[in-house]
Amino acid sequence: MTINPDLQGRSYPAAEVYDVGREKIREFARAVKATHPAHFDLEAAKALGHSDLVAPPTFAIIIAQRADAQLIEDPESGIDFSRVVHADQRFVHHRPIVAGDRLVAELHVDGVRAMGGGAMITTRSEIFVLTGDGTVGSGVSREAVSTTTSSILVRGEGQ
Amino acid sequence: MSTTSIAPVLSDLAVGQEIGGRSITVTRQDLVKYAGASGDFNPIHWNEAFATGVGLPGVIAHGMFTMGAAVQLVTDWAGDPAAVVDYQTRFTKPVLVSDTTGTDEPGAVIEVSGAIGALDADAGTVRVDLTVVYAGQKVLVKAQAVVRLA
Repeated sequence: MTINPDLQGRSYPAAEVYDVGREKIREFARAVKATHPAHFDLEAAKALGHSDLVAPPTFAIIIAQRADAQLIEDPESGIDFSRVVHADQRFVHHRPIVAGDRLVAELHVDGVRAMGGGAMITTRSEIFVLTGDGTVGSGVSREAVSTTTSSILVRGEGQ
Repeated sequence: MSTTSIAPVLSDLAVGQEIGGRSITVTRQDLVKYAGASGDFNPIHWNEAFATGVGLPGVIAHGMFTMGAAVQLVTDWAGDPAAVVDYQTRFTKPVLVSDTTGTDEPGAVIEVSGAIGALDADAGTVRVDLTVVYAGQKVLVKAQAVVRLA
């Protein structure tokens, strides 16, 4: 199966809303062996000026990989997930993610490059927090939270 | 548990200065926990037969587990997790995690150390360069965290 070169430049609009919960922040923090009290203790987070528990720096991967799944599961993409290797990852945070945030992600396919029999695919998720009443639709304002960039190598046969 | 440290001050820092280091022990159970917490259930991170079946030497840690755990050195040094405004890495080598279930032994040990790579007084930021090593080899390359200091 070959990777569809027409993927480059494709975008997937914001789909489902991700509600950031306190227990999810605590669970993710424990899973990456984080111990900073701002992930666990509301008073410690507030003492640093945050409105609620603060997510660890790589928490946005949950939302980014959900967005990436739209591409990987797109039958037109030609991507075999069992042959995917994560090559690089970047997070740029415009403001911290905190419990209570309602997040959406727009996915952009920034690069598709043939590598041997496989391909390197670079995607970017623009993650926004919904403000106001938080429902998706016209008239809802949103604020940029994080930009995540990820490259995956889809190994070709024999790679 | 760590305690909240006194936040570093940019004018006290110099390029090359070390921020410390730590060892991260990893077990198969840690990978299952990370899979559940992150939603990444790729079986190469928890099933030996699947991993070897796709040509890997065994079960490997999620790259994002290693990236996520390595930055804790920076978070604790900075004194506020939200101070990390930019964090990137390339994944170059897998971290093989042996099955030590039922023992107190780790399945892998990752060594992390950090040093100041750059200072930007105008932006109020410092770049911390992380060295992340498993079994004598760098598993993350160009692992850089930009920290905004008050």
